[in-house]
Amino acid sequence: MKIVVCVKQVPDTAEVRINPETNTLIRDGVESIINPYDMHAIEAGLQIREKTGGKVTVLTMGPPQAENALREAISMGVDDAVLLTDRSFAGSDTWATAYALSKAIEHLGADVILCGKQAIDGDTAQVGPEIAEFLDIPHIAYIRKIEDVKEGRIVVQRLMDEGYDLMESSLPVLLTVVRELNVPRMPSLKGKMAAKKAGIKKLTAADIGAEESKLGLRGSPTQVRNIFAPEAKRDRKIIDGTNEEIIDALVKELTGLKCL
Amino acid sequence: MFIKVNKDKCTGCETCLSSCPYDAIIVKDGKADITELCQLCRSCLSVCPEGAIFEVEEEADKKEKAQGSGVWVFAEQRDGELAGVSFELLGAGRRLAEKLGGEVSAVLFGGSAAGAEELIRWGADKVYHCDDGMFGAFNDEPYAGLLAELITQYRPEIVLAGATPIGRSFFPRVAARLKTGLTADCTSLDIDGETKNLLQVRPAFGGNIMATILCPHTRPQMATVRPRVMKRGEYDASRKGEVVKIRADNVKSRTKVIETIREVSEMSVNLQEANIIVSGGRGMGGEKGFQLLFDLAEALGGCVGASRAAVDEGWIPYRHQVGQTGKTVGPKLYIACGISGAVQHLVGMQSSDIIVAINKNPDAPIFSVATYGIVGDLFEILPLLTKKIKEVKGA
Repeated sequence: MKIVVCVKQVPDTAEVRINPETNTLIRDGVESIINPYDMHAIEAGLQIREKTGGKVTVLTMGPPQAENALREAISMGVDDAVLLTDRSFAGSDTWATAYALSKAIEHLGADVILCGKQAIDGDTAQVGPEIAEFLDIPHIAYIRKIEDVKEGRIVVQRLMDEGYDLMESSLPVLLTVVRELNVPRMPSLKGKMAAKKAGIKKLTAADIGAEESKLGLRGSPTQVRNIFAPEAKRDRKIIDGTNEEIIDALVKELTGLKCL
Repeated sequence: MFIKVNKDKCTGCETCLSSCPYDAIIVKDGKADITELCQLCRSCLSVCPEGAIFEVEEEADKKEKAQGSGVWVFAEQRDGELAGVSFELLGAGRRLAEKLGGEVSAVLFGGSAAGAEELIRWGADKVYHCDDGMFGAFNDEPYAGLLAELITQYRPEIVLAGATPIGRSFFPRVAARLKTGLTADCTSLDIDGETKNLLQVRPAFGGNIMATILCPHTRPQMATVRPRVMKRGEYDASRKGEVVKIRADNVKSRTKVIETIREVSEMSVNLQEANIIVSGGRGMGGEKGFQLLFDLAEALGGCVGASRAAVDEGWIPYRHQVGQTGKTVGPKLYIACGISGAVQHLVGMQSSDIIVAINKNPDAPIFSVATYGIVGDLFEILPLLTKKIKEVKGA
């Protein structure tokens, strides 16, 4: 079984804020991490390998420093790491990103492709399904359990708003995964040693045979026009007093507003 | 378009570095450079004291816009019932169509003839309805295949879907196939007065910043829209429209839904439909703390929500999660207990009519969106509040 896990290096977004006066970002001391959802995709890849045998390759598209994310994945136990990097990817939106990744996956070959359900910086959840479309293979999003996987067929649980769907798909397939799927393992000492020494395979646009017109800015149908701070609103009213007084006052206010 | 640095003007002062949300600016040999991480958000343009950062227009930017007319909304059904977001999309679609001229159409896969008529009463001029049995349960490939076919045939200018597990899963396939742009999880839509392009506003970085996205050259412009954010259209029982029956002849599926399992407990019902939500965060301390919330919710006849922190701790299942990575809610009353108020949570609940925040930390950001703030000990206040509500309701 050939398994490819797509990961993204993201800023630890809980720390990113915008300065409402200057409209610029405050990002002092923000670290880069592997997108948390992708950690679950890596774990899922490793678990499938343990069951069926085969090879897990972790793939990322990004600048040279994204290598750090790949080394972290190697320390968890993946077999191979591939960095897709090229200046021509600059300005890629989800469409152009998915196109480039799909060409890289074609180049590598895969039976199962795993992605986190979304990246915590962009939050679009679009790249996974778009990769599947470019590869002309099926996808299932929001996987919370992999019930069974064998040659040519997989059975999974897809998380929905009001429960889940038990689903079956032919292979190859692309799955995007949610946190409930598993608990990502900690890197082993051996893994950490391997990560230090491992060679990272680098692929460029030419290596994967990508069409120039579909890459980067030129290949991106969408553009970011501007960014701004979310507006804060509402005047609060603090209710003071003893606990009994507070509750009496609150219930009176809410009753007055016909909330109860 | 590209962002470039004029190396003659650049002094290497590094002022621009912190302006970039994507870490795309580096300073090398005393000069700034824009790397391939650049997303063209233009944040850096205004910050350079030397005016050394500028944008370059390309020939491709001026190319002719593709054609198309009318606004389409994808009307989602689950078990044959129309999802509420469908009516919100019709409201949003109608407002856009008024600015553009042209019709508002709904697309319904599965569902009933009565459902199609209902969409007309909620504001659709036309409904493209395919009632083929294969659309009963949601499968990405047939949904994407048939919608892409219809778009290619009828050429709408804008196509919207709800940012639900269904819309967010299959719309990307449609956009990829049609080589057009898709913007995820929009919270506001408008039309640019000059270019007539769709202005798509969405949160990014966990809700810490908002971005306006354009799809200037390709059509249709596609977006998924967050449920419970847009106002529904006006319901008019006498409204007339046309239902166009669609056949699904060339549609395939390599995935199959074997079984749909509902896991909704009586209490949790659908958070997004709830009038009253009692929500808890890290301050609840554990599952035991959440029991106090369930007691209060029961007394109020409401549902229990949770912050990501509480869900990540495993105190309550994910389907209760409110916020950027959970559900967006807009109840009449939202009681936030022991929730500090990370932006990621606030974006999911700040459109609630009345917000009550209870927290022991008077500086918690949750108080900035609260209608009523109470600084105090939850474990004392909640049981008293539950008791008082029961008294009031019993009276």
